[in-house]
Amino acid sequence: MAEVLVYVDHADGAVRKPTLELLTLARRIGEPVAVALGPGAEATAPALAEHGAVKVLTADAPEFADYLVVPKVDALQAAYEAVSPAAVLVPSSAEGKEIAARLAVRIGSGIITDAVDIEAGDEGPVATQAAFAASYTTKSRVSKGTPVITVKPNSAAVEAAPAAGAVEALAVSFSEKATGTKVVARTPRESTGRPELTEAAIVVSGGRGVNGAENFHIIEALADSLGAAVGASRAAVDAGWYPHSNQVGQTGKSVSPQLYIASGISGAIQHRAGMQTSKTIVAINKDAEAPIFDLVDYGVVGDLFEVVPQLTAEVQSRKG
Amino acid sequence: MSLRIVVCVKYVPDATGDRHFADDLTVDRDDVDGLLSELDEYAVEQALQIADEADDAEITVLTVGPEDAKDALRKALSMGADKAVHVEDDDLHGTDVMGTSLVLAKAIEKTGYDLVIAGMASTDGTMGVLPAILAERLGVPQVTLLSEVKVEDGVVKGRRDGDTASEQLEASLPAVVSVTDQSGEARYPSFKGIMAAKKKPVQSLDLEDLEIDADEVGLEGAWTAVDSATERPARTAGTIVKDEGEGGKQLAGFLASQKFI
Repeated sequence: MAEVLVYVDHADGAVRKPTLELLTLARRIGEPVAVALGPGAEATAPALAEHGAVKVLTADAPEFADYLVVPKVDALQAAYEAVSPAAVLVPSSAEGKEIAARLAVRIGSGIITDAVDIEAGDEGPVATQAAFAASYTTKSRVSKGTPVITVKPNSAAVEAAPAAGAVEALAVSFSEKATGTKVVARTPRESTGRPELTEAAIVVSGGRGVNGAENFHIIEALADSLGAAVGASRAAVDAGWYPHSNQVGQTGKSVSPQLYIASGISGAIQHRAGMQTSKTIVAINKDAEAPIFDLVDYGVVGDLFEVVPQLTAEVQSRKG
Repeated sequence: MSLRIVVCVKYVPDATGDRHFADDLTVDRDDVDGLLSELDEYAVEQALQIADEADDAEITVLTVGPEDAKDALRKALSMGADKAVHVEDDDLHGTDVMGTSLVLAKAIEKTGYDLVIAGMASTDGTMGVLPAILAERLGVPQVTLLSEVKVEDGVVKGRRDGDTASEQLEASLPAVVSVTDQSGEARYPSFKGIMAAKKKPVQSLDLEDLEIDADEVGLEGAWTAVDSATERPARTAGTIVKDEGEGGKQLAGFLASQKFI
């Protein structure tokens, strides 16, 4: 069976959920061979093996942390040359997309980004994508070279499928270009203890209607009662009420959770572009005419300062 | 020594219009007005600020696209860019990101550059990979997704805010930079700027000028193929309730029925 390279997104050996989802998709088109780079690369092996990786190629070197993107491209290319895979799958993070794209240029292949599903097809893997703020669903293939596809979080279920997961050291020789962009300082983002926005199964977002940074605790309390991530509309971010890293929308992050709760968000196209593929959509807004209500599975026309705290209390009491 | 800045911009269908695909599954450009991609306005703005700080700088805006794409160039020129390059060729219809990046890279090399600046993504394709691909093709450092950018003594410095960390980056010129919508509000063209833009030079190039074969671009030459594009069915109307004191509890009931609680 053909081998499929899966690029591993991990933090010091802890594999992020989107990579485990990727293994589920990879098994539909071949045998997953995982590539884990940087500190803790070998520690990823047990989790990857449990989810279907037949092999785990690992490499660690200071270059991965000290320089931007290119050292990782060099390593993924080395893995590509060692394995000759039928496809290369990479999580659709900002960095993941850049790594995948540069690899695609080097190996003379086409690239598909932000797939929400992958199936095996007669002419290679077929990727499903959402286009134009999710008003269209497209099916595409890479028609030249080895398909390189990046996949959005929450695109597949994480499935246990124990495999060998044999760890092998990957030999990487860095290109001259690898040290072109130096990372001179790195400040870790302060952890909020909440799930990462793009990966979260539930997202609770606040917009203009939240009416001030000091009120965002209402949104946060609801998020915490549901174990959700917190998002914000561009209006709320531009007003300085919530950090840009939490912005959902065309110029912010695109999310595709199981449940999206929009509070005080009108639902301008800019916002819809970032959340329209959410499975279940709920909105709370004073304005019955707000376009967000066209998208919802359940909407409450009402004052979020009344509705949200009542919902939070009810969620807490139901959880007992 | 003059700092040569090339800003890559894209002419995109207006996202507030009713965007759809044409019969050949390329973007239908006839039904929706086009404009300069909003995310590229931030790139133009940063180019203008970098040029202001430099002793001597020249900003060229570059686009690949049909005749109408000149509108995007004019907008950038009216913001303050010095000149424009428009790559236009009938054989470019249906070109994907690999082909577009090839055309841009050749045009950038032909124009001459110390710094290439682009927006973080286009607002139509939204891939966000073009700047990295350009860096790969040009063989220069990528300093991408910056929320702050500065050029000093032949070095570009910037801040990249990622999901887990914020990084300070540095690279020597020549380099490719991309900026996010956090890099700074883009200016509105002044009346004077709009009038001046009409007189600024727009150079037209075609594939032959760039020594690119037609089979490397266009729909036939694309590295990817779209097999189908289906309009998403309108969502079935959801339940909408008016809060009369129990709205939060009713919503909790819905969430419980969907097993979210």
